[in-house]
Amino acid sequence: MVAGWFAGDGDDFRLLGTRCSACASVFFPREDAFCRNPGCRGGELTEVPLSRRGRVWSYTDSRYRPPSPYVTDPELSWEPYALIAVELESERLVVLGQTVPGITVSDLAVGMEVEVVPGVLNEDEETTWTTWHWRPTGVTA
Amino acid sequence: MSGEVAVLGAGMHPWGKWGRGFVEYGVVAARAALADAGVDWRDVGSVVGADTVRAGYPGYVAGATFAKALGWQGARVTSVYAACASGAQAINAARAQILSGLADVVLVVGADAAPKGFFRPAGGDRPDDPDWLRFRVLGATNPTYFGLYARRRMAVHGDTLEDFAQVKVKNAALGALNPNARYRKRVTAEEVAGSAVVADPLRLLDICATSDGGAALVLSSMDFARRHGAADPVRIRAVSTVTPRYPNTVLDLPDIATDSAVAVEPSAGTFRASIARAAYEEAGIGPEDLSLAEVYDLSTALELQWYEDLGLCGEGEAAKLLREGATSLGGRIPVNVSGGLASFGEAVPAQAIAQVCELTWQLRGDAGDRQIASARVGITANQGLFGHGSSVVAVR
Ligand SMILES: [Zn+2]
Repeated sequence: MVAGWFAGDGDDFRLLGTRCSACASVFFPREDAFCRNPGCRGGELTEVPLSRRGRVWSYTDSRYRPPSPYVTDPELSWEPYALIAVELESERLVVLGQTVPGITVSDLAVGMEVEVVPGVLNEDEETTWTTWHWRPTGVTA
Repeated sequence: MSGEVAVLGAGMHPWGKWGRGFVEYGVVAARAALADAGVDWRDVGSVVGADTVRAGYPGYVAGATFAKALGWQGARVTSVYAACASGAQAINAARAQILSGLADVVLVVGADAAPKGFFRPAGGDRPDDPDWLRFRVLGATNPTYFGLYARRRMAVHGDTLEDFAQVKVKNAALGALNPNARYRKRVTAEEVAGSAVVADPLRLLDICATSDGGAALVLSSMDFARRHGAADPVRIRAVSTVTPRYPNTVLDLPDIATDSAVAVEPSAGTFRASIARAAYEEAGIGPEDLSLAEVYDLSTALELQWYEDLGLCGEGEAAKLLREGATSLGGRIPVNVSGGLASFGEAVPAQAIAQVCELTWQLRGDAGDRQIASARVGITANQGLFGHGSSVVAVR
């Protein structure tokens, strides 16, 4: 759906950001045009994989169908999904993402460890939209 | 103080779902503000409109749209857009014109006819727009972010669902006293608890609705106010319109991620706290000087967050302040005595102007049943999508 935000399969799956060669700032979603650190003259921005694991900063869910441009089939009944904001320790940033299917807010707690896995955002007859999901570590479903 | 401008008039179109165009709401509010000021429209030297993006092309040029509807009279014209901070930016533009001598009397207008349901980004495929991306990639609506903030407060500060509900109970009781509010019925904690969950842990009655509405102000130089017979008007002493500082480490609408703090240590205090700090510094006051505050209670939990960001209490103490009754009418520092967005709903370009209308009425002693005794200093606070932070200080 969005080019260059993630790559890899299985245990090699990673979110991709960029890092400034001058000041070491990390950006996600990737920043390819300019370093946003106001104290940086601007360095080359190179692709960098982000940590696989992080801790839950907060979480919520979506009990009502979001509007377009979110892609959902209005013919199907709405299945709420949970969203987690995850703190990545070494990058010192927080990344929002949906959880893997089957995980609800009652399975989550602030501070819990989660890992990034490949997921399907939506699919119809022609297209499968792939994305990243967060999954509590130790859950293998 | 030389940096002050006078508030000569304030006016609103009542908020609701009226099904008419935003121009009509703006003109009604503008005429009410002009009548309140005792100023003829033809004597206004400048008109500033806060833009709406959901009413077609004229919405983007709101200053001229309102001027045409009121009757072209050759005034200087300005249109501003800053999402939820549009109204405060409009007030700031008007103030800058007055203080620089470009205009003596300025009409500020904001109005909107809001869509039903969730706010959503403008149409088209726009993967370079963070607002489009958060909907497309995550289905992250505005309540998603409010839910994240609420759950974080519960985990870090021990806030409870009952605390959140009590914010709604307070604001609904105050909105019931305000003839301009959309919702004028008291709400009980049981009704909040019984409403449907929208974004865990927040329920329908924790989250503000979208509304139609309009608000307007007539601002002038202090000299004009004196000549006009207003010797002791409500005055605007500060308008903070600030951006965050890198790295912004609290996940903010409409972003999918925060800045990284790996290269630069975050400055003390969050973006929201810096909005109020800038206003206090410009006005030469502190939170201890306030008689009242009007804040964007987009959710009940977010109102509590503002208590701390405005320095009304220490970090983590907002629920305690609420429970003590300090932020209710009659308390030490009443918050959202207008009824807040909980009672008005969002009419985006109008709401920051509406906050200043409430300060004006309170500081004049014209707020009727919701009047705060001997109010002298008021502050507003809001935040606009994409890094606009605004706060207005008014004094009497
Ligand atoms: Zn850099």
